[in-house]
Amino acid sequence: MTEQNIISRQTGVEDKQYKWGFEFDIDSDVAPKGLTEDTIRFISVKKNEPKWLLEWRLKAYSHWQSLGEDSAPKWAQVKFDDIDYQDIIYYSAPKSKENAPQSLDEVDPELVEAFDKLGIPLEEQKKLTGVAVDAVLDSVSVATTYQDTLKKAGVVFCPISEAVQKYPELVQKYLGSVVPYSDNFYATLNSAVFSDGSFCYVPPGVRCPIELMTYFRINEVDSGQFERTLIIADEGSYVSYLEGCTAPMRKTHQLHAAVVELVALEGAEIKYSTLQNWYPGDKEGNGGVYNFVTKRGAARGNNSKISWTQVETGSAITWKYPSVILQGDNSIGEFYSVALVNNYQQADTGTKMIHIGKNTKSTIIAKGISAGKAQNTYRGQVSILPKASNARNFTQCDSLLIGDECGAHTVPYIEVRNSTANMGHEATTSRVNDDQLFYLQQRGIDLEEANYMIINGFCRGIFKELPFEFAMEASQLLRVSLEGTVG
Amino acid sequence: MNKELEPMMEIKDLHVSVEGNEILKGIELTIKAGEVHAIMGPNGSGKSTLANVVAGRPGYEITSGTICYKGESILEFEPDMRARKGIFLAFQYPVELPGVRTWQFLKASLDSVRSQRGLEELSIRDFDKLLEKKRLEVEMPSDLVKRSVNEGFSGGEKKRNEILQLSLLNPDLALLDETDSGLDIDALRIVSEGVNKYRGSDKSVMLVTHYQRILDYIAPDYVHVLLNGKIVKSGNSELARELEKKGYEWVREHSIVGNDDANS
Repeated sequence: MTEQNIISRQTGVEDKQYKWGFEFDIDSDVAPKGLTEDTIRFISVKKNEPKWLLEWRLKAYSHWQSLGEDSAPKWAQVKFDDIDYQDIIYYSAPKSKENAPQSLDEVDPELVEAFDKLGIPLEEQKKLTGVAVDAVLDSVSVATTYQDTLKKAGVVFCPISEAVQKYPELVQKYLGSVVPYSDNFYATLNSAVFSDGSFCYVPPGVRCPIELMTYFRINEVDSGQFERTLIIADEGSYVSYLEGCTAPMRKTHQLHAAVVELVALEGAEIKYSTLQNWYPGDKEGNGGVYNFVTKRGAARGNNSKISWTQVETGSAITWKYPSVILQGDNSIGEFYSVALVNNYQQADTGTKMIHIGKNTKSTIIAKGISAGKAQNTYRGQVSILPKASNARNFTQCDSLLIGDECGAHTVPYIEVRNSTANMGHEATTSRVNDDQLFYLQQRGIDLEEANYMIINGFCRGIFKELPFEFAMEASQLLRVSLEGTVG
Repeated sequence: MNKELEPMMEIKDLHVSVEGNEILKGIELTIKAGEVHAIMGPNGSGKSTLANVVAGRPGYEITSGTICYKGESILEFEPDMRARKGIFLAFQYPVELPGVRTWQFLKASLDSVRSQRGLEELSIRDFDKLLEKKRLEVEMPSDLVKRSVNEGFSGGEKKRNEILQLSLLNPDLALLDETDSGLDIDALRIVSEGVNKYRGSDKSVMLVTHYQRILDYIAPDYVHVLLNGKIVKSGNSELARELEKKGYEWVREHSIVGNDDANS
């Protein structure tokens, strides 16, 4: 941003941005607390957005206002105090004076160190794994690595704010096409205020040569994070995308309301993996992230496939149902999930598989682990619509309890409107068995490690769906999250 | 301390209760290095309890008495510490560990035992070599290491897997809890060969069994008959054969006499 972009009422300077008429300093890295139309205009100006996008945001905002703040979904099995949406910062850029750095060398060393502390050093990731990383700190993308390799393959992977500038047709065509701005309370809020996120486009016939990855981190106190991710796999293409999330410890709750949209055209495949480790709050349940996220993929083309794999260990509350709309004939939807809750964490998570096309197939494997005083709910919907002949679904929900103060709940909704459907549902609930623990101990393995091995084994079917490095990290996360659950 | 003279295990006046019921009522047993002791008895006599209590299984209340291993009381040690110090229990019912790969389990176990002995972790290559050798000894299928621990194993495979672990971990005191039960003749041979290979002048075995059959393969130095929580008769392998002929009823009658003698 340059000097002439500084706007204030006092100066009365007429320039193209003045008409937005907002009252705060546009050079500021942080928007003032609260949500008004001005906040949205501020974000939009900050991002130098085209008019259509601002209008879309404003439509979403107006819809959100019409919903009223008390219309947040209440059907989930989670309890929390009302959120004061005027007490949240909706935009906060990292404290760097320049525009977002173009390469790792330009990233603030302190940020790199912050990532190092998370155990995900960008440098190492680059060297060891060949993962292209887009790191979103608070609300802004700070680095996108491995651009050259991607450019050669024709794959676009960049912050969504950049995509708005460079590929406006693609963004305009697909943004909101899977999750419309009116979809639900949190998705509507996100549509109004989203600040950044990742964008990916894989051209026809291209198999993305490397795993793509985004790391999200909330740094600013009182800031919300509203990122928006859009991935489009054009005909016959393939992409594997990973996202990791973390937030430092804060006494107060932080809101994270993201939207992820996936579009798979004919014969395309998207594999989307998440390691969610937002701050879960302390042992007494103070602080922690409210993770209210809308994720949905459209398997739009025939023979397309969308696969969600998630390992959810963080957040005070998780409200999240990565879903697949199986529109294309022979399309495939998959959902593999591990949700671990400890202390006072609450998770209400699952999926929706909406079968529309013929011969569509979905698989749901959800593993819930509850410890401490935590509550874990699997909520899933499988709908077979009238034209979806020969649709198949298999659902398996396994719950594991540690201790006797936690809870596990399974809430499947099944709607079949075509008699040729083939449905399977299995569910189990178990405890970590004393005999298993003793067996491991008798072989010299200490109790904590024994407990970890059993729980890791319980999750193995899901972990094997993750890319190798991510699976190792998931295992590690599980170990950290389980600390203190034994004895 | 002179290892030759120190017993491997010395149990004195051991009383053990489960939920208020006394199961073991004053066990006296000394096992020296190089010896194989068979503990025989009918169902419910307390012989499995004895093996499990030595290994430190939770759920048993030791109301009095001591268990010393290599001259040191082990009652305060957690089960994993006892294992690392060289006490191994071959389970009567080896448990299944879904999703826990056998390879990972055995590696973690051996590394842990080795670290107690001041040895470094084996490299993956050396471990694989060792494991392959042990696997062949007990004739386990080659995909064993990739499978989840004991999951989907037949009864015989589970017992052979126990002997594989005995051989791999090479403890000093092996407690075999009805390792022969449910085995066909081939599996019994493999298991017995494994135990015999393990035997040595610095190793001790406490073999808990209901039947005399396994003693045809593993010759014990001593045989003890456990009845109603007490060792009522001790002898050599001849005693096992006598039991096989005359049944536990015969000892029961004798033991009453024995007890009276002891009390008088």
